Amino acid sequence: MIEVRGVTKRYKEKVAVKDLSFEVKQGVVTGFLGPNGSGKSTTMRMIVGLDAPDEGTATINGKSYADLGVPLREVGALLEAKAIHPGRSAFNHLWYLAQSNDIPRSRVDTVLDMVGLSDVARKRAGKFSLGMGQRLGIAAALLGDPGVLLFDEPINGLDPEGILWVRNLLKGLASEGRTVFVSSHLMSEMALTADYLVVIGRGELISSGSVSDFINESSGQFVRVRSPQAEQLATLLTGFDAVVVREDDGALAVSRLSAEAIGTYAGDAGIRLFELSPQRASLEDAFMELTRDSVEFHGHGTQSAPTNDTELLAQSVTSGK
Amino acid sequence: MSLTLTPALQTPRPHLRTTSLLRSEWTKMRSVRSTMWTLVAMAIVVIGISVIGCLAITNSWATMSLGNRLSFNPTGFALKGIVFSQLVIGVLGVLVMSAEYGTGTIRATLTAIPNRPRVLAMKAVVFAAVSLVVGEVLSFGAFFVGQALLRSPAPHATLSQPGVLRAVVGGGLVIMVLGLFALGLATIIRHSAGAITSYVGTILVAPIIIQALPSSIGHPLMRFMPFQITNVMTSTNPSNDIGSAFSPWVGFSLLCLYAAIALVVAGVMMVRRDA
Repeated sequence: MIEVRGVTKRYKEKVAVKDLSFEVKQGVVTGFLGPNGSGKSTTMRMIVGLDAPDEGTATINGKSYADLGVPLREVGALLEAKAIHPGRSAFNHLWYLAQSNDIPRSRVDTVLDMVGLSDVARKRAGKFSLGMGQRLGIAAALLGDPGVLLFDEPINGLDPEGILWVRNLLKGLASEGRTVFVSSHLMSEMALTADYLVVIGRGELISSGSVSDFINESSGQFVRVRSPQAEQLATLLTGFDAVVVREDDGALAVSRLSAEAIGTYAGDAGIRLFELSPQRASLEDAFMELTRDSVEFHGHGTQSAPTNDTELLAQSVTSGK
Repeated sequence: MSLTLTPALQTPRPHLRTTSLLRSEWTKMRSVRSTMWTLVAMAIVVIGISVIGCLAITNSWATMSLGNRLSFNPTGFALKGIVFSQLVIGVLGVLVMSAEYGTGTIRATLTAIPNRPRVLAMKAVVFAAVSLVVGEVLSFGAFFVGQALLRSPAPHATLSQPGVLRAVVGGGLVIMVLGLFALGLATIIRHSAGAITSYVGTILVAPIIIQALPSSIGHPLMRFMPFQITNVMTSTNPSNDIGSAFSPWVGFSLLCLYAAIALVVAGVMMVRRDA
């Protein structure tokens, strides 16, 4: 279990993390979500003792990182891709780490095999692609067979097959009872991988809880209705306290009423329906909504939000689950 | 995919062991090419200068002036390469630490070994051992090769002559201590280029600046320079060869003090700064 209590971190004038508190439980995958520059990496570095918090504490199984006797056997961390000497082989990178924590040589071969780098283990890591660097970083995290694992943006640079592999790996590790904490700026990815979410923006906690709670609470659901008598239907449903919005294609987006209720009222009034489909706002929408005010770097290239894309994401998220 | 718990992983020792940490540092040092290339470069410099210099002396002895013949010191001459190897060992001392910072490897190292002064101490011990062995082998190598090439009528030295053994052993010792000084600088500065520049500044540029000063100021300062200390150490008769200077072992103690200060400051800064 990872506990972060009232942690604040300042870099000169800038506050990177502000009074942040959360818990990461064992046996589930906890996603750490936030826009770029929101303090995710800083928080992870503080958990493993690389950066010292100005206030507050971060503990692993009740101990600060520096107090872990043999750290790699308790905690594994992938903090950045390709943090490897380009002239050193993958094997030697893992072997020096293993030696320091009395991890047997056979384990180095085992983790190399697990991440699929056995064939290139003796090659210099400078020639590795970003994806191979990520795999080596994951191998290093798994080296001591630890109960607590942290991964900072593990799917960066991976191909689709690699992404699927990481997803299954994280779930597998959690199902073995380990604590798995994984950061990402991609809500859609977290929706597929994580059970719990910790969402931060500008270094502050925005929300935490289970993924399903998160979707329900942070975004309204609505029902998409198409009817040849749209005007009549809109008037009718407004009478039942529904909020009705006319969409561009003439369909109605109805919130505050269930699909069953809409169908019943329409039937009673003799209004024909061509479509009656409950919609879930995508996690991406929910995430955007939550972090809208806390995005550090705004792009100024295009103006409006791409509604069609979020629609597509909504579908992919619901079908993926 | 399932994780297999190997028996050794199930019964961890409660603490990190010093021998394990030393092995780990040794793996780190030997597994990059720069270590080997730097040591090869050092061997070429130290042995090469001895070979070229001593061959030249043997061939030109007959035509040398009386003054040059009288001031010729076969030990100091064979060890001239040590002076230049100061730069090479400095580069290696810098690289073993700055490469960790430059590549981000330091973060992997510090998650494996959270006690930072211990990381620095282990690295210093392994580096000291490697540079001492290499330094002594090269110093003795340069001496013996040089003496073998010095043919009569040019004089040659033996280890039993006064000051000779101290000069040859001292050559290896200064290489080690200067390397440790560079390691400390690199830990403080954390960038290869910056650390190498300040090392070269201390070893080579500072004496040049001091020489440019009026001698009343420059002269007393010169003996504090690492460059001067190395010259004294590798000379059999420093009071004759070199003007104002500390005795070899006083100078060497001073050099050790410089390295110790650099390493202590480095250790304190490692603890105080984020990695």
